[in-house]
Amino acid sequence: MGKISLEVNGRKVEKEAPDNTLLSTFLREYLQLTGTHIGCDTSQCGACVVHVDGNSLKSCTALAADINGSKVTTIEGLETNGKMHPMQEAFKKLHGLQCGFCTPGMVMSAVDLLQKNKKPSDTEIRDWLEGNICRCTGYQNIVAAVKEAATKM
Amino acid sequence: MKDFNYHSVKDSKEASKLASSSSAFLAGGMTTIPSMKLGLATYKDLIDIKNIKKLSGIKVSGKSVTIGAATKHVEVSNSKDVKKAIPSLSSLAEGIGDPQVRNRGTIGGSIANNDPSADYPSACIALNATIHTNERKIEASKFFKGMFETALKKGELIEAIEFQIPEKSSYQKHPNPASRYAIVGVYVAKHKGDVNVAVTGAKSCVYNDKEMSKALSGNFSSSSIDGMDLDSSEMNSDMHASAEFRASLVVTQAKKAVDAC
Repeated sequence: MGKISLEVNGRKVEKEAPDNTLLSTFLREYLQLTGTHIGCDTSQCGACVVHVDGNSLKSCTALAADINGSKVTTIEGLETNGKMHPMQEAFKKLHGLQCGFCTPGMVMSAVDLLQKNKKPSDTEIRDWLEGNICRCTGYQNIVAAVKEAATKM
Repeated sequence: MKDFNYHSVKDSKEASKLASSSSAFLAGGMTTIPSMKLGLATYKDLIDIKNIKKLSGIKVSGKSVTIGAATKHVEVSNSKDVKKAIPSLSSLAEGIGDPQVRNRGTIGGSIANNDPSADYPSACIALNATIHTNERKIEASKFFKGMFETALKKGELIEAIEFQIPEKSSYQKHPNPASRYAIVGVYVAKHKGDVNVAVTGAKSCVYNDKEMSKALSGNFSSSSIDGMDLDSSEMNSDMHASAEFRASLVVTQAKKAVDAC
C-alpha cells in the first residue's frame, strides 16, 4: 500500500492504493475515469493508451506506483471547454469508429504521433498504430481521420 | 496479479541489497508485468531500477557504443550518435514491438529476459558486446545460456551494454505480423578479420551461426551462403512457422542482411 500522487488531466490527485494497482485500474476505479478502456488486458490491443509525461503508454502494463509524480492525460483530458479535440472531431467526421471500444486508445495514440510527426504519411500512420487494434473499421477511416486531424492541429 | 512490495531505488547498491530469491528488478516492465498478470511469475518484491541515474544514457567512443541498461528503445532508435556509429542498432530498436512498448521497454530488460525471439540479444552476439553488471563484465558469447536463461546471478544487475562498432552491419527480421517479435531475425556484422551471423527466433536461444560466419569471413557476399542447407533439427516449430521454414528463413534473412550492409 502506498500513496499515489499524480496530475491527471491538469488536476492533482492523491490516493492510497496497493502496490500491485495498474495505472488502468487506478484511472478507472479510483478516479472513475472510465474513458480509458481495458480490452485485451495483455498489452496488445491498445484500448488503454494514455499519455504519461507527454508520451503514450499502455496503462494496463504500467504500475500506478511506477509512474508516481507524473502528469497523465486520458481521453477525458483532450477536450477544451466542452469542445472536442481536433483528433476526436476528425474521427467523428470521417467515421473512424464503429463500436467505439478501441477509440480512446486510438485517439490518444494518434495524438502522440502528431506531437512527434506533424505530417505523417499513410505508412507512418499505419506503422505507428501497430499497437492499436480495431475489429470494426478495417482501419481505412482511422488513417483518414488522423490525416485530417494533421491539417487541423 | 498477486500483491507485492514496490521499491524504487536510487543506486545499484540499494538494488542489490533488496534483492532476494523472491524479488525481481523492474525496468520498463514490458515482460515482467504481463507475466505477473498471467500468473506466470510471482514476486514478493519488485525493485524499480529506472531512477538509478547511472543506468540511463548513450556514450559513443572511437571503438564502441555503450548504452545504459535502463535506456528505452525509443531513445536508442532516436539517438543521432547511435544512428551514426551503428545504424543497424538504431533500426533494430525502431522495429521492436509498437510505439508504446518502445516508450517503456529497456535494453537491459530485454537482455536480462533473453526471450528466444527478442531482437537485442542478436545485436549483443553480432556486435561482440560486453555486458557490464554491478559485479563484473561478461562477454555476450558467455551471457546467453538458454531459453530465458542468462549468466546473471541473483541480485546481479546489468548496468550497461558495450557494443563494438563494426565495419558494416545489418539486422533483418521476419516479424510475426501480430506481435512484431522475430519469427527469425539475423544480425550480420563484419568486423576487422571476422564476420558474426547472430540468429534469434530460430532456436531456444540466440546463437552465432558458425557455418555462415565462416563462409562470409572468406567472401563477404550473399552468394557465398546462397542455398545453404541448415540443420533444422534444433529449430523451433510452432503455429507460426515450422522448423524447416525457419531454417530456410535464416538463410534468406542472412542474405538480405549481407546485401543491405
